[in-house]
Amino acid sequence: MTIYSAPLQDMQFAIQEFGGFDDWQHLEGAEDWSAELLEAILDQASKFANGVLSPLNRTGDMQGAQWVDGRVLAPDGFRDAYQQFIAAGWSGLSADPLWGGQGLPYSLAMMVQEIWNSANMAFCLCPMLTTGVQETLKRHGSAQLQNSYLRKLVSGEWTGTMNLTEPQAGSDLSAIRTRAVPEDDYFRITGTKIYITWGAHDLAENIVHLVLARLPDAPEGVKGISLFVVPQYLPNAEGECGEMNDVRCVSIERKLGIHASPTCVMSYGDHKGAIGYLVGEPHHGLAYMFTMMNHARLGVGVEGLAIAESAYQQALLYARSRVQGRLPGVREGERVSVIELPDVKRMLLTMRASIDAMRALCCYMAGMMDRSHRHHDHQQRIAAKARLDLLNPVAKGWCTENAVDLVSMAMQVHGGTGYIEATGIAQCYRDIRITTIYEGTTAIQANDLVNRKLGLDGGAEMLALIDEMRGLKLNIQVADNQMQLLIDHYLNALLSFERATKWVVSQSRHPMAVAAVAVTYMRMTGIVVGVWLILRGASRSNTKMSVAQFYIKNVLPQVSAYEQVIIAGASSTLDFDSSLL
Amino acid sequence: MKVLVTVKRVIDPYVKVRVKSDGTGVETANVKMAMNPFCEIAVEQAVRMKEAGVVTEIIAVSIGATQCQETLRTAMAMGVDRGILVETAAEVQPLAVAKIVKAIIDKEQPKLVIMGKQAIDDDSNQSGQMVSALLGWPQATFTSAITVNGDEAEVKREIDGGMEQLTIKLPAVITTDLRLNEPRYVTLPNIMKAKKKPLEIIKPEDLGVDIAPRLKTLKVAEPPKRSAGVKVEDVKELVSKLKNEARVI
Repeated sequence: MTIYSAPLQDMQFAIQEFGGFDDWQHLEGAEDWSAELLEAILDQASKFANGVLSPLNRTGDMQGAQWVDGRVLAPDGFRDAYQQFIAAGWSGLSADPLWGGQGLPYSLAMMVQEIWNSANMAFCLCPMLTTGVQETLKRHGSAQLQNSYLRKLVSGEWTGTMNLTEPQAGSDLSAIRTRAVPEDDYFRITGTKIYITWGAHDLAENIVHLVLARLPDAPEGVKGISLFVVPQYLPNAEGECGEMNDVRCVSIERKLGIHASPTCVMSYGDHKGAIGYLVGEPHHGLAYMFTMMNHARLGVGVEGLAIAESAYQQALLYARSRVQGRLPGVREGERVSVIELPDVKRMLLTMRASIDAMRALCCYMAGMMDRSHRHHDHQQRIAAKARLDLLNPVAKGWCTENAVDLVSMAMQVHGGTGYIEATGIAQCYRDIRITTIYEGTTAIQANDLVNRKLGLDGGAEMLALIDEMRGLKLNIQVADNQMQLLIDHYLNALLSFERATKWVVSQSRHPMAVAAVAVTYMRMTGIVVGVWLILRGASRSNTKMSVAQFYIKNVLPQVSAYEQVIIAGASSTLDFDSSLL
Repeated sequence: MKVLVTVKRVIDPYVKVRVKSDGTGVETANVKMAMNPFCEIAVEQAVRMKEAGVVTEIIAVSIGATQCQETLRTAMAMGVDRGILVETAAEVQPLAVAKIVKAIIDKEQPKLVIMGKQAIDDDSNQSGQMVSALLGWPQATFTSAITVNGDEAEVKREIDGGMEQLTIKLPAVITTDLRLNEPRYVTLPNIMKAKKKPLEIIKPEDLGVDIAPRLKTLKVAEPPKRSAGVKVEDVKELVSKLKNEARVI
């Protein structure tokens, strides 16, 4: 079993190169930010992860969260770790200083989140959801709601959850049935919510649930859904935990991975109805949830990145130490470490290069998020928001799909040993699998990309990005042929991508055809943007250059195959009679 | 009471150290650095004493490259009040360290100096003792407990075969052992606050100290690889091998 070690230099590089570091001087409240501060924070986060979170990863997986007589208990050690986590102030990293946060940039916050996730993803989900609730209330909550909840959420004394899914309403939230009936200055909430991550636990004294529900007069479908704050314990006059609300966790799921994180079935209003407070205006609940989507979905992309990194580190260590056989074509002499075998090397390099590309994309997106929120120049905010919206489904969908493949590869590097639980890689394999499913499945991301992001502006933002990618200036001597060859590959891939993009845009009247190839288009986008970013960073070191070269020669060629699938593949899917499957 | 602690920037203890191919030293380029763990224990001790109301001000001193500022900032994030960096690119050997520290002590007049018992890079285990000798102050090395009572300190020292309890007069130099405490995790708000704490940068020349090395490094090499073991038939053969081949009995 290996100890994860945060790739601090790569993280710092990614923030500085892709996360908009050069632009920080133009951001509000960024006066104190510097490269030294970045380094100090990443360094201490890694120390905390190694000392407190990593040791609980395996034990938490084995023991799992427990439901005992209506109470949910986190695995041993989690409560103490959480208390240390909030005592060290990590909960408020990017939160508004007005409520006790440090107001640090998202690009840094995402890298710190990568560290937490690599060390212990199941643990990390709890503070991540709390951040989501904070952000929602900060943006849409009344002053009164903010006063009652934000300080406690930022400090982490109270944690947060998101309650969207119901048994009949998963990807299709229009089917939500949970009801909210007005009474005095609050509402009575009744209904059942499922898949509520950290919906009940013993880490903190209170849990603040954000719940989607319908008012009695609500219109049908998604336009009739409102958002409510439903605390587990109602705040008393002093702002502390008061009376218990009519909410309980009736069971937790047995599931494939993230065992330490309780996935709860929540029952609201078994007695008089749970007391809830409306967030913002009635019937706007889904829109409020969606303003959180960029943040939450990028967060899940980072989870994919994080587990892929941790799996890569384990595979690398194993491949260096495992001696087995000789190189192809060699019959005698010393046996070699499997890292020298061409196929093992290929897998490790694929992981390394893809992780670099994913980290670059996540930092790029986080940097855009920083700009869109706090750039001094309004035009810059708008431009950053457009880029963020465009690529966000890619950051979620591509990073997580990629990560599932890479973790599978990391297991392959281990051979039979990897299939044994004690190695640790099996846990990565189980934990990673949820990331392509929750917070919007891969298909939901892909449909968002092709329908909303390309559909609404006729592909304008994507074509602008393609132009920008084409204009990439390399600080490398283009003299040698090798380099010129790489650039040709890159430019050809861009042409391919441009044709695919134009095809998707041209098919706006054929939503079935577009939907049939949407995931392929999303993966294509991920690879092309990934190559653009790692080429941007390639001039910084010989290693980065070699990694970029591998990616261009071994991964980028998929793009031309994807183009064929996108342009000609849909009909063979659509024309196939489903009854013959 | 004012306390002075020393902090050294060393290769991170979790990094596998590699010898340079030309044998002149170990590879430090692009290697993760960190505060020497024994120095961290010294800082933690000072901060705990301040939290207990025994100490009023903590000063941390580091000697070395400009990046040692980061190590000092970490110390400040742990609770040190201000830092002094004696900046030099030269190799600084234990005696030079001791002279520099003495010069700063002469200026700052702390009542207690807490140092790591040794640095994990060169494992010299000399600087603390030398500082004490240069100052003519009492010393207590390898301590695992410190209690200050007025002008005295009671300390427990880890010695071969057990523990030694001593009372020493202050001012004194104390060096830390592993069991003294477990250093805290730095909090995020304190990392932010540390940036605003005073950090003075001076040169060895400013202190009038000659830091020219007295020792010459001839060669740095990896320890020899362990060779494979052998099976012995019986106890008799084992004893004979230990006696004649290994020559350990």
